Amino acid sequence: MSESTESLFEGRIPIYPRSVKGRFRYIKWGVLALAYGVYFLLPWIRWARPTGPDQAVLFDLNTRLFYIFGLVVHPQDIFWLAGFLLLAALLLFFVTGILGRVFCGYFCFQTLWTDVFIMVERLVQGERPARIRLAKQPWNFEKIFKLGATHVLWLLVAMLTGLTFTLYWADAPQLTLQFFTGKAPFPAYATTAFLTATTYVMAGLAREQVCTYMCPYARFQSVMFDRDTLIVSYDQGRGEGQAGRHKVNKQLKTHDQRQAAGVGDCIDCGYCVQVCPTGIDIRNGLQVSCIHCALCVDACDNIMDNMGWPRGLIRYTSENELEGKKTRFLKGKTFGYGAAIAIVLGLLLWSMTHSTKYDAVSRQIRQPLYVVMSDGSIQNSYELKINNKTQSPLTLTVGLDGLKGAVLDVGNFKNFTIPPEQYLRVLVRVRFPGNTATPEDHDFSFVLTPQNGKIPPIKVPARFYTP
Amino acid sequence: MSNAADKKQTGAVQTTGHAWDGDLQEYNNPLPRWWVWAFYGTVVFAVVYWFLYPAWPVGTSFTKGFDTVTYEVKQDGKEVKKTVPWNTRARLMYEDEYGAEAEKQRAYLKKIEGSSYAQILSNPDMMAFVRSYAKTLFGDNCAVCHQAGGTGVVGHYPNLADDSWLWGGTVREIQHTITAGHHGFMPSFRPTFSDAQAHDVAEYVLSLSGTKGGDEKAIMRGEKIFHGQEGGCYYCHGEKATGLISQGSANLTDHVWTIANVPAAKTYDEKVAAVEHVILHGVSRVMPTWQGRLSSTQIKLLTVYVHELGGGQ
Ligand code: SF4
Ligand code: SF4
Repeated sequence: MSESTESLFEGRIPIYPRSVKGRFRYIKWGVLALAYGVYFLLPWIRWARPTGPDQAVLFDLNTRLFYIFGLVVHPQDIFWLAGFLLLAALLLFFVTGILGRVFCGYFCFQTLWTDVFIMVERLVQGERPARIRLAKQPWNFEKIFKLGATHVLWLLVAMLTGLTFTLYWADAPQLTLQFFTGKAPFPAYATTAFLTATTYVMAGLAREQVCTYMCPYARFQSVMFDRDTLIVSYDQGRGEGQAGRHKVNKQLKTHDQRQAAGVGDCIDCGYCVQVCPTGIDIRNGLQVSCIHCALCVDACDNIMDNMGWPRGLIRYTSENELEGKKTRFLKGKTFGYGAAIAIVLGLLLWSMTHSTKYDAVSRQIRQPLYVVMSDGSIQNSYELKINNKTQSPLTLTVGLDGLKGAVLDVGNFKNFTIPPEQYLRVLVRVRFPGNTATPEDHDFSFVLTPQNGKIPPIKVPARFYTP
Repeated sequence: MSNAADKKQTGAVQTTGHAWDGDLQEYNNPLPRWWVWAFYGTVVFAVVYWFLYPAWPVGTSFTKGFDTVTYEVKQDGKEVKKTVPWNTRARLMYEDEYGAEAEKQRAYLKKIEGSSYAQILSNPDMMAFVRSYAKTLFGDNCAVCHQAGGTGVVGHYPNLADDSWLWGGTVREIQHTITAGHHGFMPSFRPTFSDAQAHDVAEYVLSLSGTKGGDEKAIMRGEKIFHGQEGGCYYCHGEKATGLISQGSANLTDHVWTIANVPAAKTYDEKVAAVEHVILHGVSRVMPTWQGRLSSTQIKLLTVYVHELGGGQ
């Protein structure tokens, strides 16, 4: 074996996407503006509440309450998160089945942030040829300055992204001030630093490698595809003709000339390849790296417009359509996912609108489990933990249900008042008179009755133990 | 990410230079550069760590590191500031002293200190604090005898979770009991009673709380001894045998048995034997004083806690 063998490792080939104008690019800018607007402004919106912070969206870890506009999510409601994630997954399946990877191309954070990073790159270093030239050029002042500026700006965007994320977890104006005066809590700095680093690495350095190698969704999306799913595809038949694609030259200029020569409509200008953020050639067919962003569609449409030929050499289409059949959007799968979404959404909304205003649990005092009193009666003690999930004080009385003849002792209290969004632990004692036969243990419940009349009483199950 | 791109240009992968069996060679594929740098990073991190934190054993001591924690500890009854190398235990002590929770606790303790028993007992919020805070106090100081939750040990330490109070169940009485302590004493009647007399008194005492199965005549005899000069039991236990708080003598007419384990006895004879044993051997029990060992606020907290255990008077 010789000393020199070919490397088994393929390094990353740098990609310098060219900018493009067109329908899909405008949609993408729109989505980007909307997403950035929401993400960066949301923590700054105020929202007056009877109690609690006045930040519209705040995930308060100290009080373990999530404030989302008018909704307050308590720890007990955390299964809503599961419902929400399930809904998000179903929506993804539903949309992917019909429209393909629209999420990847238009809404994915990776795509959005990469787009902004590429934009920064272009603003500082210029269009694709200039960037390639700069990369090849030896290290001189211009190169150091331009690359340096790019990375500084990238880090700035990344840091804003990271800082904004932390603003969702604390009072935004206050935290921002603390952050820049060095007084913010350590987790705020750590989170910001971590997200700055990940944003910088993912959107600045790793880019399409995230989509190709890291993203799990890219791996299993193929199971959601069928022959009717929309894909970005190059029209092989039209582009290649019988004699393949060919550049424009004197003999092959007009459409008629080319048709006569058997040459397809693709003029092999490479524009579609240059604009592709994942650096692939869509003319080679559907590939795993393609995020269906349709920038190549815009690119080729521009070329076709210039040539005066009809658009759509590269277009959103489906495998069926490519084979000359009709694309069917209404399939069993569509209805199945649709029904699942409707069910989950319905359950989630029902649960959110019908969640109890307060809840309680009883904890039996087990040391001692029961006590014989001087008159021979048996006493059990319980600690009731009552949660007030409303935004106003809750006053309630405690009663018994299902333990005939028993006496309730709540000490010096007639009723308990729990401040808004707070909980209270109260000790209650239940006594079974000595003259009443109590051969066995009993299940019973405490009845908590709010005093304002608007909220229905709730029952808290408990068990009475006898010797 | 890796230097493979350079290698590609030279088109070569190094080998280790060894050859076996003529042409069997081993590739020398160096680790990716980012990996190697990450490794160097851990080395640098380790060195920094040695300096920042206690690390190396040196003889009987160790390198102390730069970071320290200062907190207050009680030493011989005095608050002493202590500065030690950073460690998690010192950090915990610090948190206990200066953390946000400690602040909250101090505020509550202040509130308790400045409130009357009536105020505390009618404030659910303060009561919740007392229960959680005094539980630890009770566990540290009282549970050795009275057991967790005040369950007590029959024959030795009273059950605090029932409503029978030898020395009184009002907050004032409980506070006094904890502060000053008590000596409960019942003389042995071995020298004065014959076995038969002890038996009769035991039967009478059992009948007081309605225990069935006794011999009418024996009970009558026992009653005479109890209330007469022979026994003189009523001196301490009272004319109606309901006990005297000033003496700490037990109420014999209720269902709570502190010394004689009557409820555990299966047959009537065993019950009689249990009571007889107490009569013949007497009782001497000491509740120590906690004054000087616990602060007045701590005693206050314990008073309310004990008062609440069974539902105080
Ligand atoms: S091939 Fe086209 S649609 Fe696919 S990623 Fe590249 S530019 Fe976007
Ligand atoms: S942009 Fe259109 S014409 Fe140009 S190479 Fe791509 S497919 Fe061919």
